Amino acid sequence: MAEVTAGTAPEKKKKRGRPSAVRLLMNNTLAAGGLVVLCLVILLALAAPLLPLPNPDVTAPANRLQPLFAEGHLLGTDALGRDILSRLIWGTRVSLAVGISATLIAAFFGSLIGLVAGYAGGRVDNLMMRGIDMIMAFPYILLALAIVAALGPGLLNALYAIAVVNIPFFARNIRGITVGLSRREFVDAARLSGKSNAQILFMEILPNVLPVIIITMSTTIGWMILETAGLSFLGLGAQPPQADLGSMLGDGRKILFTAPHVSIVPGLMIFVLVMSINLLGDGVRDVLDPRLKSGALSRPVARTAVTRTNVPDVRPKTGTTLDMQGLKTEFHVGGDIYKAVGGVDLKLKQGECLGLVGESGSGKSVTAMSIMGLVPTPPGRIVDGVALLEGDDLFSMTDEQVRQLRGSVVSHVFQDPLSTLHPLFTVGDQLVEAIQAHQPLSSADAQKKAADLLAMVRIPNPAERLKAYPHELSGGMRQRVCIAMALANDARMIIADEPTTALDVTVQAQVLSLLATLRKEHNVAILFITHDFGVVSAICDRVAVMYAGKIVETGTTDEILSAPAHPYTSRLIACVPVLGEPGRRLDAIEGRPPVVNNLPEGCAFAARCPKAQPDCRSGEIPLAEMSEGRAVRCLYPETKEPIDA
Amino acid sequence: MGAYIAKRLLAAIPVIFGLSIIVFVIMAMIPGDPALAILGSFATPENVEKLNRDLGLDKPMVQQYFIWLGNMFHGDFGRSYTLNRPVIDEVLERFSATLILAGPALLLCSIFGLLAGIVSAVRQYGWADKVITFIVLIGISTPSFWLGLLLILVFAVKIKLFPPSGMWAIYGGGDLPDLLAHLTLPALTLAVVATGVIARLTRTSMLEVLRQDYIRTARAKGISERRVIYKHAFKAALVSVVPVIGIQAGFVLGGAVYIETVFQWPGIGSMLVKAISTRDILLVQGGVLVVATAYVLFNLIVDVVQTILDPRLR
Repeated sequence: MAEVTAGTAPEKKKKRGRPSAVRLLMNNTLAAGGLVVLCLVILLALAAPLLPLPNPDVTAPANRLQPLFAEGHLLGTDALGRDILSRLIWGTRVSLAVGISATLIAAFFGSLIGLVAGYAGGRVDNLMMRGIDMIMAFPYILLALAIVAALGPGLLNALYAIAVVNIPFFARNIRGITVGLSRREFVDAARLSGKSNAQILFMEILPNVLPVIIITMSTTIGWMILETAGLSFLGLGAQPPQADLGSMLGDGRKILFTAPHVSIVPGLMIFVLVMSINLLGDGVRDVLDPRLKSGALSRPVARTAVTRTNVPDVRPKTGTTLDMQGLKTEFHVGGDIYKAVGGVDLKLKQGECLGLVGESGSGKSVTAMSIMGLVPTPPGRIVDGVALLEGDDLFSMTDEQVRQLRGSVVSHVFQDPLSTLHPLFTVGDQLVEAIQAHQPLSSADAQKKAADLLAMVRIPNPAERLKAYPHELSGGMRQRVCIAMALANDARMIIADEPTTALDVTVQAQVLSLLATLRKEHNVAILFITHDFGVVSAICDRVAVMYAGKIVETGTTDEILSAPAHPYTSRLIACVPVLGEPGRRLDAIEGRPPVVNNLPEGCAFAARCPKAQPDCRSGEIPLAEMSEGRAVRCLYPETKEPIDA
Repeated sequence: MGAYIAKRLLAAIPVIFGLSIIVFVIMAMIPGDPALAILGSFATPENVEKLNRDLGLDKPMVQQYFIWLGNMFHGDFGRSYTLNRPVIDEVLERFSATLILAGPALLLCSIFGLLAGIVSAVRQYGWADKVITFIVLIGISTPSFWLGLLLILVFAVKIKLFPPSGMWAIYGGGDLPDLLAHLTLPALTLAVVATGVIARLTRTSMLEVLRQDYIRTARAKGISERRVIYKHAFKAALVSVVPVIGIQAGFVLGGAVYIETVFQWPGIGSMLVKAISTRDILLVQGGVLVVATAYVLFNLIVDVVQTILDPRLR
């Protein structure tokens, strides 16, 4: 579902020219702030020798422990009378240098290990990654401590220790990417052209891996500055008289109660440095992460937003289960509006099965999911129309009213039963939950009812199957479970969104005949969404054909299959292979459906239609009634002219 | 299930073996003659040679390793020369103090991290999400040893709410309230960073899960939104958060090194720091091995929890 957004949105964006990554980053206030602060700190550290600062190591016992803003000492002095501001700037220089060096060392060796392991594969890979696993089996800082213990305290040794414990992060990330890359065609091509392994690794693969190395560096450098400062704080890093921020903090700790500023100031500096790096790193990640760009990480709310400007006044007709008029559903994605459904009317009588047919992206799923508000918001919203369920408008109801109807009066069967059943709950749990959502049954009774439901959809050993998890069942069994769930509360309408598409052909037939039987037994109306006319002929009474968010033809199944009126319908039917007619031509429809954020004027199919005339491309083309219950949205319907005209 | 746990236990053995090799190799990297280091620079060559023989240092490396390993199997980790007591006694005593600190910290960061992550995801882009995201970012950018000092200044010096350091009051005390009073500040400090990491991951996992088809199915069933989020989405998100809690346990154990130093908690972290500065190598070795082994075993438990949560792994 929501094919419209998923399929077309990113493509469209690229064509329009995406704003540059740098501009996006600057739009993020926090990230830009981080960048500015970081640059300032780095500049300050670089300029340390040029600034008029007192020597950071000159002691002046007479001037010891001057407070903040003392004369001549903006940040006061430490226990030996040294100027804290000067020491702070020089210490930042050391901390930055150590952090960056540790990151470079870890990145170099980690990436090398990752590249070689990922490219070589097999035993080399296994051996190297087991070694990496070993390092990761240590609690992070503990291994660094052990290394410092062996090498002896000192800034350089602390640097090595921190670099070593960070190697696994790089090795694992880079290996993952390399494994994927080394199976790609361009690597094969390079190999065939006679390049050596080293050449392939460093000339072909490395450039592709570089962005990942840089991202990993940007996410670990803050850590490494923190951890080297930590080792110095413990007295295991920088040794006097050399000082970094960590050792300044460590020295100040001894006089915490008498002169807190001596330790607070360097700590604040570490915090500012790491915070600015992290803000910037988050900004970079947000810009680069494709999931954030496509909106795949925004949370959908419980029900599709309804933002109708005017509520049409409609008289309910008796005997209809669903009467939907003028439905318009849109997706608002970053300034673009995708009109997935552009004014759809549907009527469904009690016990009737209506087929809603169309290609991917025609808006048929969005139409069906709009009924009970299951189109994800953001980005979807219903902007116009009414949907009368047995006379009451679903779009004016409260969330709670809609929730009461979901699964009781109207239930759903979705496309892929593996992804639509919750993988972590048993089939029984999920069935019982569906039952208890609308019926005040005890657990034991609900269990029994669940078993009955499974028996009703012809699942053998129902009581046993209740304990099964979805992944333990076959595809056909899973879809039967979904159908059983849809029948749990004697629904009067089932919305079936391509319920057989993900199944094998033989299983398809079983599920279809099951649905057809249950429909008769329970007198339930079915809205059946599919792209397959073969399936339509097996189960549907009437058909509505959708194209680019509008219904282009509607009528009984027989009428439409035997004499399609819209050129699109006839071509869609021509796409279905028929057994026993090997000589028949299967005509794929030329071209692609239009993008729904930029629909052409007139008939949306005109661009692909062999019969299109100039007047097809202007004005609104109405859905013209041809006979009772039969209508077509075409100026030159097929039935009036022979198809080969 | 039993078979699975047995299998995981067996798989942990080579890992612990590997740990011991790494520790052994690192300790063998120490420059200079250990015997000389123990006896001091005034030792006679005969004494050095005798001690080398006693310590087994004249044997080949591989043989030394297995002797060392065999000794440890018997609980013999050697004697600490600075404390003049068996390493294993000191290490176990200190490690139990660390567990008293790290356990509650891990519990705190799991609870707060999960809660903050869920609220953040459910209120995505709302003010609660923005505030939490920013606080989390501050949390993971703060040096924990500095935060500890700040907390001491505020809550122990300015408002005398908690004792500034140690595990027990010097006079009186010794009961649970005394321990809790001493525990609060260090445990909170220790939990901060891990809370941030867990909150971030929970938020992302929840957002990913909430887009899944089975969440739409749950909504289509007509169950309450609360149930959709806290039962269906949360359980699925937990599957990716639990292993991270396992990894965070490592960071908490490691972070204890700083926190114990800041708060003078008599745990294994402060022991290690002291042992490193006094070059008490056997003590370092024993401490590192015991903590690393405990960490491996903890992750074993995490694995089992993971399997209970996710039937697909069985």
